[in-house]
Amino acid sequence: MQNLKPQHIKASGPVSDKEPRLIAQDVSIFYGDKEAVKKVNLSFQPNTVNALIGPSGCGKTTFLRAINRMHDLTAGARVTGQIMLDGANLYGEGIDPVDVRRRIGMVFQKPNPFPTMSIYDNVVAGLKLAGEKNKTKLDSVVEKSLRGAALWDEVKDRLKAPGASLSGGQQQRLCIARALAVDPEILLMDEPTSALDPQSTARIEDLMETLKEQVTIVIVTHNMQQASRVSDTTSFFLLGDMIEHSPTAQMFTTPKDQRTEAYISGKFG
Amino acid sequence: MTSSLPTTQSKGLTRTLSPKRRLENLSATVIIGILTVIVLLPLFAITYEILSQGIGNINLGLFIESPKSVIDTSGGGGVAHAIVGSIMMIAIGLVIGLLVGVGAGIFLAEFSEHKLVPLVRLFADVLTGIPAIVVGLVVFQALINSRIIEYSAVAGGIALGFIMIPIIVRSTEEVLKLVPVSIREAGLALGLPRWLVTMQIVLPAARAGIVTGIILAISRVGGEAAPLLLTALGNNFFSLDPTKAMAALPLAVYKYAFSPFEHLIRQAWAASFVLVLLIFISSLIARYVIRERN
Repeated sequence: MQNLKPQHIKASGPVSDKEPRLIAQDVSIFYGDKEAVKKVNLSFQPNTVNALIGPSGCGKTTFLRAINRMHDLTAGARVTGQIMLDGANLYGEGIDPVDVRRRIGMVFQKPNPFPTMSIYDNVVAGLKLAGEKNKTKLDSVVEKSLRGAALWDEVKDRLKAPGASLSGGQQQRLCIARALAVDPEILLMDEPTSALDPQSTARIEDLMETLKEQVTIVIVTHNMQQASRVSDTTSFFLLGDMIEHSPTAQMFTTPKDQRTEAYISGKFG
Repeated sequence: MTSSLPTTQSKGLTRTLSPKRRLENLSATVIIGILTVIVLLPLFAITYEILSQGIGNINLGLFIESPKSVIDTSGGGGVAHAIVGSIMMIAIGLVIGLLVGVGAGIFLAEFSEHKLVPLVRLFADVLTGIPAIVVGLVVFQALINSRIIEYSAVAGGIALGFIMIPIIVRSTEEVLKLVPVSIREAGLALGLPRWLVTMQIVLPAARAGIVTGIILAISRVGGEAAPLLLTALGNNFFSLDPTKAMAALPLAVYKYAFSPFEHLIRQAWAASFVLVLLIFISSLIARYVIRERN
């Protein structure tokens, strides 16, 4: 029977009835001739945490980086299809990737604070380097962002210390604060806890729960327990195909696809 | 039962080397020691020679006075005119070397996908191989012989700048490439334009290495006499006018060393000492500045 629903609704499955915030339509990503991500359709609701899981090389990070146009910088990388943020195609004519990244922040696998900057300057780098000079505003952004990243109490007395002087887990929260400071609508997280110890991981997972009140989170993770703990929806990628996208509870109890079941039960990956 | 100490046969924490291994160790140590001395020897020999030959003329006057008449054999007179000339020409050269050198270094490292990159890299490589005197000759022909400017500090500085460019380009490119890609991505992911990320995040992270390259370039051109002979010409008098012929330390060394007078030959050694000192101090200051800011 002909399905009359728009493509993205079909792909996303019944998560909630709210308007999706971010919609990927037929997104394919190529490195040269190699198709790393194949015609992926996905949509993400506002104020949710969405996990992308799958074995190494399945295209989940590649897909994530397409959302804020980081592939524009990779020689030979090419994206086809559409990624819509609030109805606007991020790959449309006249769209400046710099503006896209301002609205869609990113936290990376390894903490990467700016090496020459203090904690304070790291947090406001996105504003200060873009020309914001109002000290009162910067001060308040620093406090708000560091509180948002659950780091304020640990560093409030040494904001002038180098960002690199923090521990790995604190550095990663500093990077989250830095991303929050520019007030993004979407936050992309590329295995944000894979380089951290279990305690720091737990702190960042707790943080996601509160962060989703402000932002929509898309997180790539290798850790299926993490996906089940933190996310509202989970998408399973395999060899560049998006196999299944379901509410997390459903995905981990009654997966629809046999391959998903094989992966989450540890048969491969 | 008596507990016996472990013999050499057992796996203890100490072991006795065989005589053959001990001999090998000893000879390797001696050879490395000798080679180290061979490397350091010229440094000390040169410093000793400069000091012992010029010591009679090394005094405060050397640094603050201008030369006296050639026939004044009292030993007085200084090379202040050449110190000022060298500093001025290095400064002019540095403006060119920094702008073009760091700029091209950034271009090569940060915009490596650009189609002009191989061409710029080739130019930098070729420029490295051009002898200094040829650079001097080219500047002479292009600017002085064609009556655009006179023999002057500006012409000398331009020649020095061209010699500095390839050194600064290459060192800047290399240290920028050492800055992790993740730092650039972090900046771009904040919605900062690429040029801001390069100038405000990547460049500061590579600052120490870039300054080291600049010091290297200064040290290299500070001792160049050949290009200055054809461009700055030299001057026996103190001058601050960059549009006129000017003295420089290597030129003073060259001129005095060929003079028939004992006291002027001593002055050549004294000027060499000043030249070495000037380069030594400038690198010390630069290193200190880097350390402070880090």
